[in-house]
Amino acid sequence: MHKPALRGRQGPWGWLFVSPAVLVLGLFLALPIVMALWVSLLDWNGQSNPFTGGQATFVGLDNYRDLLTQDGLDRTLFATSLRNNAYYVLLFVPLSTGLGLTLAMIVNQRMLRGRSLLRTTFYFPSVTSTIAVSTIFLFLFQGSGAVNSLLSWIGIKGPNWFADPRGVVWVTLGNLGLVDPEQPSGLLADHSFMGLSWFEWLSGPSVAMSTMILLATWTTSGTFMLIFLAALQDIPRELEEAAALDGVNRRQLLRHVTLPALRPVLFLVLTLALIGSWQVFDMVYVMGQGAPGNTTLTPAFMSYQSAFKNADYGQGAAIAFILFAIILVLTGAQRWLLRERGPRQGRRR
Amino acid sequence: MTTTTTAGPPAPAPRRPRRARRVRSTEQPVLGRSPVIWRVLGYALVIGLASLYVMPFVIQLATSFKTNPDAAANPLSLWPATPTTAAYQRLFGLSESHETVPFLRWLGNSAFVTVLVTAGRVLFDSMAGYALARLKFPGRRLLFLFLLAVMAVPGIVLLIPKFLVLSTFGMFDTYAGMVIPLLVDAAGIFIMKQFFESVPREVEEAARIDGAGVFRIYWSVVLPMARPALITLTILSFQGSWNEFTHFLVSTQSAEYETLTTGLARLVSGGLGSGGQFPLKLAAAALSTIPVAILFFCFQRYFIRGANAGSVKE
Repeated sequence: MHKPALRGRQGPWGWLFVSPAVLVLGLFLALPIVMALWVSLLDWNGQSNPFTGGQATFVGLDNYRDLLTQDGLDRTLFATSLRNNAYYVLLFVPLSTGLGLTLAMIVNQRMLRGRSLLRTTFYFPSVTSTIAVSTIFLFLFQGSGAVNSLLSWIGIKGPNWFADPRGVVWVTLGNLGLVDPEQPSGLLADHSFMGLSWFEWLSGPSVAMSTMILLATWTTSGTFMLIFLAALQDIPRELEEAAALDGVNRRQLLRHVTLPALRPVLFLVLTLALIGSWQVFDMVYVMGQGAPGNTTLTPAFMSYQSAFKNADYGQGAAIAFILFAIILVLTGAQRWLLRERGPRQGRRR
Repeated sequence: MTTTTTAGPPAPAPRRPRRARRVRSTEQPVLGRSPVIWRVLGYALVIGLASLYVMPFVIQLATSFKTNPDAAANPLSLWPATPTTAAYQRLFGLSESHETVPFLRWLGNSAFVTVLVTAGRVLFDSMAGYALARLKFPGRRLLFLFLLAVMAVPGIVLLIPKFLVLSTFGMFDTYAGMVIPLLVDAAGIFIMKQFFESVPREVEEAARIDGAGVFRIYWSVVLPMARPALITLTILSFQGSWNEFTHFLVSTQSAEYETLTTGLARLVSGGLGSGGQFPLKLAAAALSTIPVAILFFCFQRYFIRGANAGSVKE
């Protein structure tokens, strides 16, 4: 800073160096958001140019109102997609985080042989494309597919996974004879929220959605494993040795040494999982496009569908912004929750 | 100096203890060995878990060499009843009997786009990363905040916005529209920035005293030193653009621009009602995975560093 001559020379170079990045990110990330915000206030069918007048009508917040407060098909569909995705989050986030941590602990065992081969094995699904692995899952989970063949060995007749819209909560309770999944009764059927009955809200993910959750867990756990593994290997070994000298057992070591050391990384992984799980798209596109019975419809896919299939770009953009808000709020909430309970307030920023 | 040595990368990937036979005796477990029965159960569990991760790919490969009826009747068997390469022949246009799948077109498009995107990201991300790490210029802090903000935007929110911009600029359904928006990625800029900050300043100062200009220092001094980071970025970019789906879905429309991902997605989701032809679909999926798989097995440690780039950002 105290060499003005140098600084004067570097200024133009600095901007020259960042200009391609600024140009591309500005034009294809920042500008689009502003444009979409405008489009979300329009009734526009994708024809002509909405920025120079044309055939688009300004409708204000109508798109948002249809989705959130106005009785009707749009809101019911949107509520369904929110419900589907909420169940996805509820299962995917703990499953993938827990599995990632378990795998990391396994491949971190010093006594285990073949650790690097295992690490490769667990990570491989993460580097392949979602489209390709979805194709594999479509084959494995067909009605008469490999998974059901396996299940039949132990006497279980598996469902027709991708065609089964029943919620797993009602299927389970139905098998126990507690409720009739086909016949919602009294309280649950009579009350509703955002156009969906309580029965529908509480159904759990459909069987079809559950297979997607499995796929996502399978492809993501490897990445999370690596993130956890890096953190595990940063724990000084002396710490474990000192604890061992004090006579702690494995469980105490995990509880009082390992897990506290993993806190920041756990936070990172949970955030990544949460952000990712509101963006499920590729899988939905390949594996069902919302079918069966809209139980695999997610807000991200509905946004795409509204715009590109139904030519209602205003609604599509509005859904995208609601989704954006959900992700922001949940990430913020998670940050706040995890900070409150921590013994160490040391996280910067 | 360091440019010619093949010494290990300065930013180490997760350390793994170099285990040779002689070391084992010193590797005392902290808490003593578990009883044999637990170790046996442990290995059984680990092998079970590992097979859950491997079997789908094995079944995929086996099925791609089956006939349609065989695939439907014996979905679990790992050996085709009558092995056939019919699926692969159809993909490469070698068989006359069926309507062909334009697989070579997809492959060409994927390769073309991937090469351009990877080259662009390596160049532009490293330039921006270097400027942010080393050059003093007005607006640098603001730019840094801009990048952070851009990274916080979930990609899926941009589906419609990107389409709007591309069609406004007349780039919808063109190679330009497929490639240009992907040429820069904020995460890559951060990886490069991180690396350049770890390079000792003395190196650049020596070059500066010798009279080298900013671009020359970047191009001939710092960039060659950044080889490990550049390889990481190359591999991540390759994998990212090879596997990219949503951007191509909203930036193109015509069949001539289909890539492996969009083409395969249409083949698979379109044929849902028929349910058959799984050998063909799985063969196409397998072929589209192979380049990334080879890359992965050769350059694992760079993938690993990439996966942990997320934790570095914090």
